[in-house]
Amino acid sequence: MNAKRTDFLATVIINLIVAAVVGILVFLLAYILISGLPHVSWTFLTGTTDAFSGAGGIGVQLFNSFYLLVLTMLISIPISLGAGIYLAEYAKDNWRTSLIRSAIEVLSSLPSVVVGLFGFLLFVVKFKIGFSVISGAIALTFFNLPLLTRNIEESLSAVSRSQREAGLSLGLSKWKTEIGIILPVALPGIVTGIVLSAGRVFGEAAALIYTAGQSAPVTNFADWNPMDAASPLNPFRPAETLAVHIWKVNTEGLATNAAQLSAAASAVLIIAVLLFNLGARLLGNFLYRRVTASK
Amino acid sequence: MEQTNFQLKQQKTQSNDWSARLHHATRATREDWLGKGISYLCIGVIILVVASMLWFITSKGIATFTQNHVSLGKFLTGTDWAPDQGKIGALPMIVGSFAVTFAAAIVATPFAVGTAIFMTEISPNKGRKLLQPVIELLVGIPSVVYGFIGLAVVVPFMRSVVGGSGFGIISATFVLFVMVLPTITSMTVDSLRAVPRHFKEASLALGATRWQTVSRVILRSATPGILTAVIFGMARAFGEALAVQMVIGNAAIMPKNLISPASTLTSQLTTGIGDTIDGTLPNNALWSLALILLLMSLFFNALVRVIAKRGQLKHER
Repeated sequence: MNAKRTDFLATVIINLIVAAVVGILVFLLAYILISGLPHVSWTFLTGTTDAFSGAGGIGVQLFNSFYLLVLTMLISIPISLGAGIYLAEYAKDNWRTSLIRSAIEVLSSLPSVVVGLFGFLLFVVKFKIGFSVISGAIALTFFNLPLLTRNIEESLSAVSRSQREAGLSLGLSKWKTEIGIILPVALPGIVTGIVLSAGRVFGEAAALIYTAGQSAPVTNFADWNPMDAASPLNPFRPAETLAVHIWKVNTEGLATNAAQLSAAASAVLIIAVLLFNLGARLLGNFLYRRVTASK
Repeated sequence: MEQTNFQLKQQKTQSNDWSARLHHATRATREDWLGKGISYLCIGVIILVVASMLWFITSKGIATFTQNHVSLGKFLTGTDWAPDQGKIGALPMIVGSFAVTFAAAIVATPFAVGTAIFMTEISPNKGRKLLQPVIELLVGIPSVVYGFIGLAVVVPFMRSVVGGSGFGIISATFVLFVMVLPTITSMTVDSLRAVPRHFKEASLALGATRWQTVSRVILRSATPGILTAVIFGMARAFGEALAVQMVIGNAAIMPKNLISPASTLTSQLTTGIGDTIDGTLPNNALWSLALILLLMSLFFNALVRVIAKRGQLKHER
């Protein structure tokens, strides 16, 4: 029968498509790990980069990536928490709220290179801070805010109404209800969202090229005073991250072993992102069990 | 007498106290003011960021036309890009961006829809256990890693298959295809899941095969959602910078075919903005490219809204 044969054919084609998609991912991961991991060593992870050719270890870049991530999260979590609470709790259903929502949507759909250029214009050109950790962290915050805000709002809104009513009926203020009752219940979802966004921030490069810069000056890891110029914690020094390093080695680098270097750096980056993804799931599940007391 | 006076006095102070209490904010109210203040402040920061981003990029982007007096028509239709010599025809980059975007969307959509049908209709169990993580991992891979693999695998492959340098629109399409695939797939899955169950049951009850049900009932009713998914994918492809820049070859000339080096708006921006001086024509011209990116992103946003509205109307009718 014709219809049945078409059905069979369609099923076969769809199965082939799925096999191709799974195959692509397996190939990507296998390629990066197989070509990169043999070159990953302790000296590679902690060594310094040759400023001219871009060859050598990725110690400073790795530190920069984590430092930028921490700073970005320190800035973006409080703001998006407040904004998420506004949208979930205080925002009325009117034109102003829908304007705010569209603004957040626009921000989240802007290409990251545009966000980076805005950061470049604002911090490097207008405020003359130069390529620095802090410029990069704020640019990443712009890029992170809309997603985190939406995630927090969704997690807060998903908490049942009865919990809100319970808090208000006890005479608590709306704010206290939100912070003391709703937030803990919504925490697993929020934490999962935060860790996932950390993975995105960790791998982002386009927003950083012209804000955090493309150079990683050798820093003195014995000096932890943030005010010193050579200190790794100094927020005003340029900081090339791991993702930017991969881009730079491939496009402008003069290293003879650029392919090996970037394969190894990509492997480290991928493993970090995988850990973030896995961590998000485990942490979310763990918190969910703790908060809801379900086994 | 003494006693009643005292009682009266007490009553009075008590009532004073009550009125004082009623006319002053309680602790809870003050907390609410604080909370409201904090959350309004936070949302204000976000609005300020969006507004200043739009304002700064727009004012920088139109400087080419207001300060350097380049005509908009020449900018959009000119094919010579040599800003140092005052030639700023942005058409090669515009064509390049649209070419890679459409090509990636055209290649990725069948794969995405096929995968989504598998996940929702054919094997939801495998879909959840196997494909969901696959999609999430594909989303998680950073764009520089896609670019690196494009450079290390796709470009040499193209070089050996079709000849030339291997850099070009077709390599960029390949890389972008993988990058937009998870975006389109996961949104298509959502829209397929949103199709009411009784549509499917009615179709199967009439004796339709699974493919007939999928192609004529489910896909049709999910069309607005799938279109939205494709547009989101295109927006991502249009704005993707580094991965494209690494494999497209960055030659600001009109693309004649798919296998010669070309450039996109984003690739020109990433390579150019650091080499130009603020306020000069070459710099302003690059900001105009950024403005085009911004406007296209707003356009994709608006398109999604229009589709969502029309889809809603259809369901209500």
